[in-house]
Amino acid sequence: MDINIHDFYRKMEQDNIMLSFKGNVTSELLTSVLQIMESKMEKLNEPNRIKKKVYNILVEALQNLYHHLDKQPDGAPQGHNTVIFMIGKKGEAYTIYTGNYITNDNAEKLKLRLEKINSLDTDELKTYYKEVLNNGMMSNKGGGGLGMIDIARKSGQQLDFDFQKVDEKFSFYSLNINVPQ
Amino acid sequence: MENLVIEGSPKTPTIKFNPEEGKLLIQGRSIPENSIDFYKPLVDSLEAYTEAVKEATKVDIVLEYFNTSSSKCILDVFKKLEKINEAGGGVTINWHYEEDDEDMLEAGEDYQAIINIPFKMVEIEEGE
Repeated sequence: MDINIHDFYRKMEQDNIMLSFKGNVTSELLTSVLQIMESKMEKLNEPNRIKKKVYNILVEALQNLYHHLDKQPDGAPQGHNTVIFMIGKKGEAYTIYTGNYITNDNAEKLKLRLEKINSLDTDELKTYYKEVLNNGMMSNKGGGGLGMIDIARKSGQQLDFDFQKVDEKFSFYSLNINVPQ
Repeated sequence: MENLVIEGSPKTPTIKFNPEEGKLLIQGRSIPENSIDFYKPLVDSLEAYTEAVKEATKVDIVLEYFNTSSSKCILDVFKKLEKINEAGGGVTINWHYEEDDEDMLEAGEDYQAIINIPFKMVEIEEGE
């Protein structure tokens, strides 16, 4: 047997993964995942403040994955439509992990944006958010580039990202979002 | 002008706009993947209302969550309200937030800084 599911399970237990998913992201899936996480946090008696923070950040992170699917160029290998995400809790802090394929061109642009966000302090992020909100172009999906700024603001943490080049065309983009209490 | 009523869903808020009374309520969660379509009827109604403003227009925003896709649409709604205010519509915006929800308070302050209408920050006490 190539895959030992018990090993997978143990690894996830060790890392306190509460929920994981690999596959295609649909609107219905996101609705279910959000409901599951909301009731899990309810059961854990999380303070309202934390529940809201994690929920908000989760919405942005998962909707980023959802919108990303539209951006795949024609002829992209089929598996490149699938994404992975996991939600874990270690001690008091939540971590949201996401991973998806991205074209190398888009990876370069995204990397610059993420580096810019990481270079800003709390007040600068607030100003930048308002700037993009007020002057930024609205994409047809309505996202308009605010999602990552919002995640950085609400988590109060640096964005922990990585791009692994897989071939001439694609990279794999990983993002870990830490949400401390 | 007719009333606009949109019932809420797990991802979209309840919207109630009564042009006769000059009252607008947006309440609940606003986290749809695509917000533009959802907010269009309201933006259109407000556009029409600009021509038929009442002396006082009371707006209550009671959001539990909203995503960044909605945040631009909400700004569009506020920009329409700004025009209504300039047209004599005496707009007041009550921005409601739960007492421990600093992020929601801050979101209201962000809009307040952009929009030239008086905002009132209203704290919702627990159990309300």
